[in-house]
Amino acid sequence: MTSPINLHAVKAIYLFELARTWRTLFQSIAAPVISTSLYFIVFGAAIGGRFTAVDGVSYGAFLVPGLVMMSVLTESVSNASFGIYMPRYSGTIYEVLSAPISAFETVLGYVGAAATKSIILGVLILLTARLFVDYSIQHPFWMVAFLVLTSVTFSLFGFILGVWADGWEKLQIVPILVITPLAFLGGSFYSISMLPPLWQKITLFNPVVYLVSGFRWSFYGQADVPVGISLAMTALFLALCLTAVWWIFRTGYKLKA
Amino acid sequence: MQPIIQVRGLEKTYATGFQALKGVDLDIRRGEIFALLGPNGAGKTTLISTVCGIVNATAGTVTVDGHDIVRDWRAARSLIGLVPQELTTEAFESVWATVSFSRGLFGKPPDPAHIEKVLKDLSLWNKKDSKVMALSGGMKRRVMIAKALSHEPRILFLDEPTAGVDVELRRGMWEMIGRLRDSGVTIILTTHYIEEAEEMADSIGVISNGRIVLVEDKAALMRKLGKRLLTLQLQHPLEAIPAELAGYPLTLSGDGRELVYSFDTQEDQTGIARLLRKLGDHGIDFTNLHTEESSLEEIFVSLVKERA
Repeated sequence: MTSPINLHAVKAIYLFELARTWRTLFQSIAAPVISTSLYFIVFGAAIGGRFTAVDGVSYGAFLVPGLVMMSVLTESVSNASFGIYMPRYSGTIYEVLSAPISAFETVLGYVGAAATKSIILGVLILLTARLFVDYSIQHPFWMVAFLVLTSVTFSLFGFILGVWADGWEKLQIVPILVITPLAFLGGSFYSISMLPPLWQKITLFNPVVYLVSGFRWSFYGQADVPVGISLAMTALFLALCLTAVWWIFRTGYKLKA
Repeated sequence: MQPIIQVRGLEKTYATGFQALKGVDLDIRRGEIFALLGPNGAGKTTLISTVCGIVNATAGTVTVDGHDIVRDWRAARSLIGLVPQELTTEAFESVWATVSFSRGLFGKPPDPAHIEKVLKDLSLWNKKDSKVMALSGGMKRRVMIAKALSHEPRILFLDEPTAGVDVELRRGMWEMIGRLRDSGVTIILTTHYIEEAEEMADSIGVISNGRIVLVEDKAALMRKLGKRLLTLQLQHPLEAIPAELAGYPLTLSGDGRELVYSFDTQEDQTGIARLLRKLGDHGIDFTNLHTEESSLEEIFVSLVKERA
């Protein structure tokens, strides 16, 4: 008898993907932690003292949520896109496509693993940040909620990217040309109230602004945009990604002939 | 008994407009080794990929052990193991990990004893901790077979299983496939080595230009299409076939030392005795004679040529 959900398959994909992280420990965990530490040293410790506090929060502490978000979302995209692009590139995807496994289960395995990695990474960066600056978390529940939501959403986005890309170049170009600028301009390093009025308006089209703002609110109770809107925008982006994934499996886009 | 795989009116047109399958009907019996032969581009791989769920059919139905591959895909797919033609493996994984992964993917709980047995059967046991990329081509091929067997499928698809495998290993693989059949697994293989089909298959299907042109028991096919040749080595070379023997399908070799007579094994009267008497009457002596059957390869080539 076949069970209604193929949990063995979800587990197999999930563990396989996590094992890949283990194998590429330096690339997927150590490198982002080290580069984030550099930001703390440069911006937080070295020149942070020269910046004024933002809304009563020291600049070093102000940086923490933004830097965590920035790493989490870039790593989610790169991990998840690589995770699904690799079997497509090597051809081993045939096995997943011919297996008794539904679209939902496939995504659960791949995206679940990528999101798990991102969450672990986020926690590691938070712990590392403790070495450099003092920060507080006023709303731990919402902090975790934003972390999980962002990891899942951007892992889904990465999954879509990995299905769409038909070459290594395309796989790299979206993170470099889209994700990194959005992350840098998303208020990781500054409050958007510091921007000229026109840019304040433009920046509201950047989804990362809502993530960083909401995440920062969970730390310090202050935000650039109301936290409800942050949550709604994140949920909206999640819904968009879910729809795209649903469509991919429904049509077999780039997966099946 | 209900066929284990039933294909009806299967059509596939790719996005490019290329029609790879043009209405395929095919029944594959439970427990047999079915060899699917056909020239390159005939639709062999498309047919297999469609049954396995990798390619969506444009029209037609496929049932696997009574389960429709679209409506009842989960049940249908869990019965099937697939070894595709291309050598595609996870390069960085160990043999053990990649084979165990496949078992999980097909919804089976871990069973190290079974994986061990599969790896031993395929002479991969001493490589279980090696990374797949460190293996030779023939070993990678066997890893792919191990992956397909990891979840104890009832049906095994082998798309060109022995391509790039040396002769000795090929023998070993044939034996393994024979053992699998004996354990009740239905095996469908495509091959370019006609020798392989001739050696192993119970039934043979020929696909050409997107259509199944023939499905037959191998033995029946050989009988039906098989021509036998009688070769006589002559004591004294002949310059030409004597006029009295003109009514016989005879050919003379270039040096005039060999006379070849072709006859049909199905006929009651092969005419051999009569021919030999006539030769005796004309004083044509021969030192040796032997008969040979035409091979499946010759049958195959003539079939495909006929339909093209």
